Amino acid sequence: MTYLLEPLGYGFFLRALAASAMVGLVCAVIGTYMVLRGLAFMGDALSHAAFPGVVAAYLLGAPFYLGATIAAVGTSLAIGWITRRGRLRGDTTIGVLFAGMFAFGILLFSTIPNYVGDLFGFLFGEVLGISGSDLVALTILGLVVLAIIAVFWKELLYSTFDPLAAGASGLPVAALEYLFLGLIAMTIVISLQAVGIILVVAMLVTPAATAQLLTDRFSRLLLLAAAIGVVAPAIGLYVSYWTNTASAALIVLVETAAFLGALVLGPRTGLLRVRRRMSSAQSPGSG
Amino acid sequence: MTAVATAPSVDLAGVSVGYDDRPVLEHVELSLAAGSLTAVVGPNGGGKSTLLKLIAGLLRPWTGSISVLGGRPGEHGRSVAYVPQAEAVDWGFPISAGDVVMMGRYPRLGPLRRPGPADHAAVADALDEVGMGELAHRQIGALSGGQRRRVFLARALASEPDLYLLDEPVTGVDAATQEDLMRVLDAEARSGKTVIATTHDLASAAEHFQSIVAVNRTIVAQGDASLVLDTDVLRRTYGGHLLFVGDRALLIDDAHHHDEAAGGEVHHHDDRTGAPGRRP
Repeated sequence: MTYLLEPLGYGFFLRALAASAMVGLVCAVIGTYMVLRGLAFMGDALSHAAFPGVVAAYLLGAPFYLGATIAAVGTSLAIGWITRRGRLRGDTTIGVLFAGMFAFGILLFSTIPNYVGDLFGFLFGEVLGISGSDLVALTILGLVVLAIIAVFWKELLYSTFDPLAAGASGLPVAALEYLFLGLIAMTIVISLQAVGIILVVAMLVTPAATAQLLTDRFSRLLLLAAAIGVVAPAIGLYVSYWTNTASAALIVLVETAAFLGALVLGPRTGLLRVRRRMSSAQSPGSG
Repeated sequence: MTAVATAPSVDLAGVSVGYDDRPVLEHVELSLAAGSLTAVVGPNGGGKSTLLKLIAGLLRPWTGSISVLGGRPGEHGRSVAYVPQAEAVDWGFPISAGDVVMMGRYPRLGPLRRPGPADHAAVADALDEVGMGELAHRQIGALSGGQRRRVFLARALASEPDLYLLDEPVTGVDAATQEDLMRVLDAEARSGKTVIATTHDLASAAEHFQSIVAVNRTIVAQGDASLVLDTDVLRRTYGGHLLFVGDRALLIDDAHHHDEAAGGEVHHHDDRTGAPGRRP
């Protein structure tokens, strides 16, 4: 019991719990739509694309939220625009822009003569070092993203499932696509401090992927992904605290473990289910 | 205006459209009245689906004007139900048949309202009308091909449209499903709704539809069911894909054609520059 209570005595641990739960929730909700739209790779692209914005903000002494938002939203709109215009597949455009933006970030980073620990935090995540004001900003931005989803969940769902019918019935499908790309970018900005650029794609995709193994209803999928998104970071943070290891890595590894667990136990892919079916088919009497 | 009493539900004048810089349809003149039940026939790549997308407002024409339900295409979207080809749908999507039909209500609800009792009643009625009431909770991927087409027609019904645009609604389904779906569409047309469906089943078109539009890069001909027995029309619509046995023309399976109009298809069509064929 003291193992559970002891860390709660520290303000940094409480802030980390709150921040990672919020990040986990927002990532899981946005990630559910991303997975259904086939945009899983987009999360990786936009988080890397945010890097030059973070470094530029550091160089100019501006808040990192601002720099990351401008870079991520700008890149997401550019991906949407180039894909619509350029007769290129979406993944091609994403590949080009994401590497280019990250290279630009590394170039800016290399102009800084001295070691900058803060910026490494954005690469690998440092939720245990999150400040009170960062937690407030992250919570407000997270609530904004969730509020927008709460308003447009139906329209996003329809345009994801059947964009032609949705468009014909009067829904502004192109505008909804841009809105969603903007929401992905905002979600990544919110997540940068907690999990870092390199691992944020796991926070977005893994809860939804896990839930997809367990249910074939959208509403349950969304709730299950959200639950995983909120609970997994708490487990990860405790393990990180006890073992004194990297927090973001543990959060992602807990989610990965949940995914593997669902793969083994899930109703459709479940290895146990398959074995049970096989054994009952082979020896109906002994089962 | 002509002496026709009612304004046309769908009207295209001088319309050309294509993808990138490759034209798919040119010089399209088409007028369909409210209450009409129309089959659009023609070879693959001839522009059937493109014609539906133009009317649905999903494609902008390069030239010409289009009027749909008295407005621009897309202007009265809530009164338009579009049903895509089965191949365009992700059948692994995590939703039930009932969820799909409820989507037909979303545009009317608008962003802030949640589905209410009236919406649930409309969904149940629509599912019953296509004989799918029992399977409302089934995930769509677990349904047969015919059941999937029934569910998508139910979604169209639930949206209470004035115009139905259906892309290959009865392709590849069993005869019973085809009869059921056509009975529903016929009833909708009789109640004053405009129904336009593409099909490459000429026998089905002749049997179930009052009016037929033959399309191959333009409107080749427009008329009643006897149109599909007109050898000249068939030759101009399907070009070299016809086999003549005596005075009967047989359509050779054109499945090897792709949506992109193959270059070889163009030469079958001799009167591209002439006025589009129209039949009273």
